[in-house]
Amino acid sequence: MATTQTQTLTPSMKRERRANQRRYAFYLALIVIGLVAPFFAYPVFLMKVLCFALFACAFNLLLGYAGLLSFGHAAFLATGGYVTGYLLSSYPAITPELGILVGTGAAVLLGLAFGALAIRRQGIYFAMVTLALAQMVFFFFVQAPFTGGEDGLHGVPRGHLFGFISLRNNLAMYYFVFVIFLIGFAIVQRAVHSPYGQVLKAIRENEPRAVSLGYNVDAYKLLAFVLSAGLAGLAGSTKTVVFQLASLTDAHWHMSGEVILMTLLGGVGTLFGPVVGAGLVVSLQHMLAQSPLGTWVGPILGVIFVICVLSFRSGIVGEAMKMYRKNFK
Amino acid sequence: MTMIFGVPLAVFMGQLLLGLINGAFYALLSLGLAVIFGLLKIVNFAHGAMYMLGAFATLLGMRYLGINFWAALVLAPLFVGLLGMLVERFLLRRIGHLDHLYGLLLTFGLALIFEGTLVNFFGVSGARYPTPEALQGGFQTGFMFLPKYRAFVLVAAIAVCLVTWYIIERTRLGAYLRAGTENPALMQAFGVNVPLLVTLTYGFGVALAAFAGVLAAPLYPVSPTMGSNLLIVVFAVVVIGGMGSILGAVLTGLGMGLIEGLTKVYYPEAANTVIFLVMILVLMLRPAGLFGKEA
Repeated sequence: MATTQTQTLTPSMKRERRANQRRYAFYLALIVIGLVAPFFAYPVFLMKVLCFALFACAFNLLLGYAGLLSFGHAAFLATGGYVTGYLLSSYPAITPELGILVGTGAAVLLGLAFGALAIRRQGIYFAMVTLALAQMVFFFFVQAPFTGGEDGLHGVPRGHLFGFISLRNNLAMYYFVFVIFLIGFAIVQRAVHSPYGQVLKAIRENEPRAVSLGYNVDAYKLLAFVLSAGLAGLAGSTKTVVFQLASLTDAHWHMSGEVILMTLLGGVGTLFGPVVGAGLVVSLQHMLAQSPLGTWVGPILGVIFVICVLSFRSGIVGEAMKMYRKNFK
Repeated sequence: MTMIFGVPLAVFMGQLLLGLINGAFYALLSLGLAVIFGLLKIVNFAHGAMYMLGAFATLLGMRYLGINFWAALVLAPLFVGLLGMLVERFLLRRIGHLDHLYGLLLTFGLALIFEGTLVNFFGVSGARYPTPEALQGGFQTGFMFLPKYRAFVLVAAIAVCLVTWYIIERTRLGAYLRAGTENPALMQAFGVNVPLLVTLTYGFGVALAAFAGVLAAPLYPVSPTMGSNLLIVVFAVVVIGGMGSILGAVLTGLGMGLIEGLTKVYYPEAANTVIFLVMILVLMLRPAGLFGKEA
């Protein structure tokens, strides 16, 4: 086909193309960093960061782009973790990727049920409803026969990926987690930059107007909730395989608070904010746990919370982007 | 022995009373939340921590200052109320112009600070506060034993709820408060000191929580985490009742306590979750809440 269409690009199109090129170069650089990271840092620590980063990205999809503050995301993390943990410990024939898939599916179903209930209220009521529902899940996991109650599930086997790659090796495990994180991140990135993401933002900014434009607001919100719950479940499932452990800590409301802090600290409504926030919070906990201040983690996180809300609401990535825009554009 | 659906009457009434007392705590806490919400439009996540501080102020006041229960009943809410006013004046006011979700997050951070700090000093297991002497013992009513202290808690909680209702619905100050809830800017234009009103309201709301904490001190173990677990249930109660009316908050609180008590009699496994189940039901049938006004 001889299409002699020599398109002349307008300056704005050129700018956009350059911006896209820069963005892809940035992504590529980050992927390279992710690939070499385990040779410079302890892989288990990196895996923890990646799991929480994915968890925070999932949460941010809901708060940052749909404007819905969920105070119950621990429920999805824990559901993914417990289902995967139970499957892998009870049925040795199940491969880890299948276990993670089923755990994620369970979180999706739970997200569908909770989402359908929670989106009937808005604002602070939404936060309270999600918190109460998550507390119900917490009590369920305390009492249910398959969760090991207060002890949790220990010694979940990592097994063999696709049946033949042993995940006992931390390096193999790391690359598996890294791929899962990239898939999750790509889903969020895709959702945010799609027409769907634009409608979500419109709903966040002015819901009545979105309704009057003819959008089925509830369906959009529910899909965002389910996506977010599923990705949180994926993070929880993966975390269980990495640490071979599923426990009540993941279901506690403190966990729901922690993911809010990660997102807030890194930057609500920015793609990389939750990743940065998760990295910082996990590192902080790691450092404090080894210092004499180990028991002060809770109050210290509380102080960071208060400071973020009072005077650092855009978060690290948000502030950095503001500075970049002011000085380079 | 008289039986009610296969349960001895004494057990039935005992659980009902326990449920009613829990309900009184739900009522006091959700009342405070509703008062604060009315004017500040934020959900006070530190409410559970304030309740816990009320209980701790009682315990520590007795241990180190020799304050008795009756003095604590006045002093602890006063102390926590003042603390709340400082929190409002220096922290919450600075974010008053922002999305109200930030208020929720800020108070959540405060709750973490209060709770975590006390855990470091007192551990999580908790201590007991003795029942005041005048209220030890109980009444033998034909079918059950009614401990004096529990009867007192019930009466005191309901009395405070009624006084609060009277102040808000029947006095001039209450009229300001309600007007401020409707339109703060107009109130300010009429020369009412709205910021001061907001500070006082927040102080009063958390003082109610602290009062509940004092009442709870002889009943439940006093521990740093006693507030947060209770608060989540209270949130569910608030979602069920809606924060539109004072009496609605009180009635829902008492009613949910009763339902919880009944569940303990007939199906104890679900006692923890029954309020959340009611919440789900309400969300499906009447999303605005039983007494809610919003669409």
